[in-house]
Amino acid sequence: MARIIVVTSGKGGVGKTTSSASFASGLAMRGHKTAVLDFDVGLRNLDLIMGCERRVVYDLVNVISGEATLNQALIKDKHCDNLFILPASQTRDKDALTEDGVEKVLNDLIKMDFEYIVCDSPAGIERGAVMALTFADEAIVVTNPEVSSVRDSDRILGIIQAKSKRAQAGGEPVKEHLLITRYSPKRVEAGEMLSHTDVQEILRIPLIGVIPESEAVLHASNQGNPAIHMKGSDVSDAYEDVVSRFLGQDTPLRFINYEKPGLLQRIFGGK
Amino acid sequence: MALLSFLFNSKPKTANMAKERLQIIIARERTGRDGYDFLPALREELIAVISKYTKVNAEDIKVSLDKQGNLEVLDVNVVLPDLEMRS
Repeated sequence: MARIIVVTSGKGGVGKTTSSASFASGLAMRGHKTAVLDFDVGLRNLDLIMGCERRVVYDLVNVISGEATLNQALIKDKHCDNLFILPASQTRDKDALTEDGVEKVLNDLIKMDFEYIVCDSPAGIERGAVMALTFADEAIVVTNPEVSSVRDSDRILGIIQAKSKRAQAGGEPVKEHLLITRYSPKRVEAGEMLSHTDVQEILRIPLIGVIPESEAVLHASNQGNPAIHMKGSDVSDAYEDVVSRFLGQDTPLRFINYEKPGLLQRIFGGK
Repeated sequence: MALLSFLFNSKPKTANMAKERLQIIIARERTGRDGYDFLPALREELIAVISKYTKVNAEDIKVSLDKQGNLEVLDVNVVLPDLEMRS
């Protein structure tokens, strides 16, 4: 049974696309046929983060309007044979995303035997964001430990609970997961940053992972590789853990405690 | 003072303020959200019904919705006037 997962946040710049790219890659690396869709019509960036920007010919809006088939528009990932990217349109306006059109694309992906369909939502609460979450079975709410991000996450949770098909049908609700990104254990310990338990206490949804603030994320996006491929980095390990938890494994949280650098590390520098 | 804080390297601990402010604003924004926008109307009707039987000040009727874990509690608080004030 295919699952549709929306990666959303309300606020911009918190790591939705970074997380969508790594999460979808992680699912594919574990053998699941996965598609990742960019819903940010007009401001597409998933293609850059996935490193396939020069291979984009057709996009989501072309498929919805019948100018291209899904097979023509899907781009095979450079790392994983069973991961496909559907880019957003760069030119059309957001009204091109119709509910019927999006539903048809998702149904066609399910018919093509995709196991997981990851919808990378745009920021905000406008049409693109609502379309990305409308058909979701599960939602990953990306939140920074910072007041405006937490408030916007709560707002987007309200929209999921009001506007998603699952909410409107009144059956099993959308399964919500909290993903905290750009986390700095050092600043949390110093009392300067909300802790993951604080954020969870406020938003009251289950935590699927904590991604530490890391230089590796910028290196990854510079190269067009999802951060999960930065082997040996905290961020890569943290995203691997997120995928494990999503697939039902009980994996303890990592990278949430500050370890003081040792003397040698302080002298010779470390990461 | 600046010298002291320089010496002891005391950075302000602001995370607690963030948490408190968020708890207050989010609780407020959540009541008004889907399904619970009937609270003001409910309050108006309660005032009308109670006024039929006894004198009561509109501001002495408070209606609020609280969430405790998975339990939602509709809290209606009516303060009746002193005996001698009732007609």
